[in-house]
Amino acid sequence: MSRAEAVPSGARPDPRQALAARGLDGVTLLVVPAFLGILALFVYPFLYGLFESVTPQAGSWWANYAAFFSDPYQYGTIANTLWVSLPVTILNLVLAVPIAMRVRLMRRQRLLTTLLVLPITLGTVLVADGLLSFLGPQGWFNRSLLLLHVIAAPMKLTNNYWGVTASLLITGFPFTFLLTLSYVSGIDPALEQAAATLGAGAWARFRLIFLPLLAPGLAVTFCLAFVQAFSVFPSAVLLGSPAGSTHVISIAAYQAAFEHYDYSMGSAIAMIMGAVQLVIVVAVLASRSLLYRGPAGGSKG
Amino acid sequence: MIRDQGLASRLWRLAVWALVILFLANLLGVIASVVTNSFATRWLGTWLPAGFTGRWYAGAWEEFQLGDVLIVTFEVVFAVVAISGLLGVTAAYALARREFPGKRLVVLVFLLPLLVPPLTYGIPMATLLYQLGLGGTFWGVVMANLVPAIPFVVLVMIPFIEQIDPRLEAAARVFGASTPKLFMHVLLPLLLPGMLAALLLVLVRTIAMFELTFLTAGPSSQTLVVTLYYAVFSAGVRAGQSIDAMAVIYMITTLVWLLIALRFVSPTQIVSRARQ
Repeated sequence: MSRAEAVPSGARPDPRQALAARGLDGVTLLVVPAFLGILALFVYPFLYGLFESVTPQAGSWWANYAAFFSDPYQYGTIANTLWVSLPVTILNLVLAVPIAMRVRLMRRQRLLTTLLVLPITLGTVLVADGLLSFLGPQGWFNRSLLLLHVIAAPMKLTNNYWGVTASLLITGFPFTFLLTLSYVSGIDPALEQAAATLGAGAWARFRLIFLPLLAPGLAVTFCLAFVQAFSVFPSAVLLGSPAGSTHVISIAAYQAAFEHYDYSMGSAIAMIMGAVQLVIVVAVLASRSLLYRGPAGGSKG
Repeated sequence: MIRDQGLASRLWRLAVWALVILFLANLLGVIASVVTNSFATRWLGTWLPAGFTGRWYAGAWEEFQLGDVLIVTFEVVFAVVAISGLLGVTAAYALARREFPGKRLVVLVFLLPLLVPPLTYGIPMATLLYQLGLGGTFWGVVMANLVPAIPFVVLVMIPFIEQIDPRLEAAARVFGASTPKLFMHVLLPLLLPGMLAALLLVLVRTIAMFELTFLTAGPSSQTLVVTLYYAVFSAGVRAGQSIDAMAVIYMITTLVWLLIALRFVSPTQIVSRARQ
């Protein structure tokens, strides 16, 4: 701004100074390399995939989509994926909220958060490998339940729906929890104290103070956790039954593109996968506008 | 802080902590069963293996050519860290210091790769890389991993740069510092802690990034996590202990960097910067 003022009155402004006044100068150009990189590696491939998906190997432009939606084994993957990802995402969120409300009161959270960040950093492949032996018929999980007489015979928990759910719980819960915790910690404790002074009980304080303030954050957390679970791949292959109940849409897309070498079909399924995620995310975020959005601080102004 | 003392709230507190402990017990059980199995001579139908041995590690090292895989892994990871650091920090500097038309769109483009899961954009991207002849090569893997890494650095660095006072730079200019001098003696020392944190986070995330590497890697450009996936995928072929020995080696490589990273950042930062 100061450079624009330095232009003497009456003189024609230098175009470089005019641009600088609008915030475009040498420093702004520093954004260009990274921006071009993302355009080339993310935006362009996406558009390319969209184009590829409507230029099938044979037939009219919608042939891939028609093929996907006419084959029950293919379009059934959408239901399979929702059935794998939705319940566990909701469970993660329902568990994360009360635990975050409690952990927020802890002074030394670091050990707990460090332990919880382990499965996220180690990744789904390692968790799948560990769960295969931990949940197996001779694994420690079944053995402990047998010892406690909870069950009479070992349960089958791997290579089916439950294996994938367990893996999404182990990696998804910490993710949901840590995000929720950061939202919960952002709420001014003075609001709760004010409510308590006015005689609100614990449940009333949660329902009337915390929940309305948390809801927008929880909606975002739900969306992020859901899209992660919806694109589950390694654990659905390793821990599930990839040809049966956990034949999820990412497996269908991968098989089409890299096993049948039908890149066009693979791109089409990837686009459908993105579209379903988008629909759910938009639905959740749109309902968020019905909720309270405002400051979560306690001070005036 | 308010602490209720009634019976109901005590029971509730107990239930919440019981859940936390149950979760942690299962989590540690999963990790411990991998470690235990990697040292087991024979482990069938008992609580603990019949005996312990370290020979699976030497076997796994030979069998999976882990020396080569580790070298490739670190080459990929350091290339990603270097390039995303260079591009990400400069872009973050521009975004933190300047208001310009279209800035919101630029920020949105940087946000998207962190919101869309890797598999959704990975399949069209891998298709494109294969058509360009880059699929299966070292640089193909690096390019794929840059997609989440660059935006991550940008979004971690923007708030960090915003809190550095621009008057420091102005003062250096007043005293006649040239741009390289300003960068070396004023900006770099101030930026270093934030860069260290951002790049360590990128490093940890890239070692564990499975999907993008899996879709783009060829036989000579596999990273450790992809090799581990293929080993677990064809589990019947090799001894389970050997696979778990590799899994432990993978865990150690990741956890060493995680521990270093946690000296500079809080664990919540590993999850996501994608907040409102």
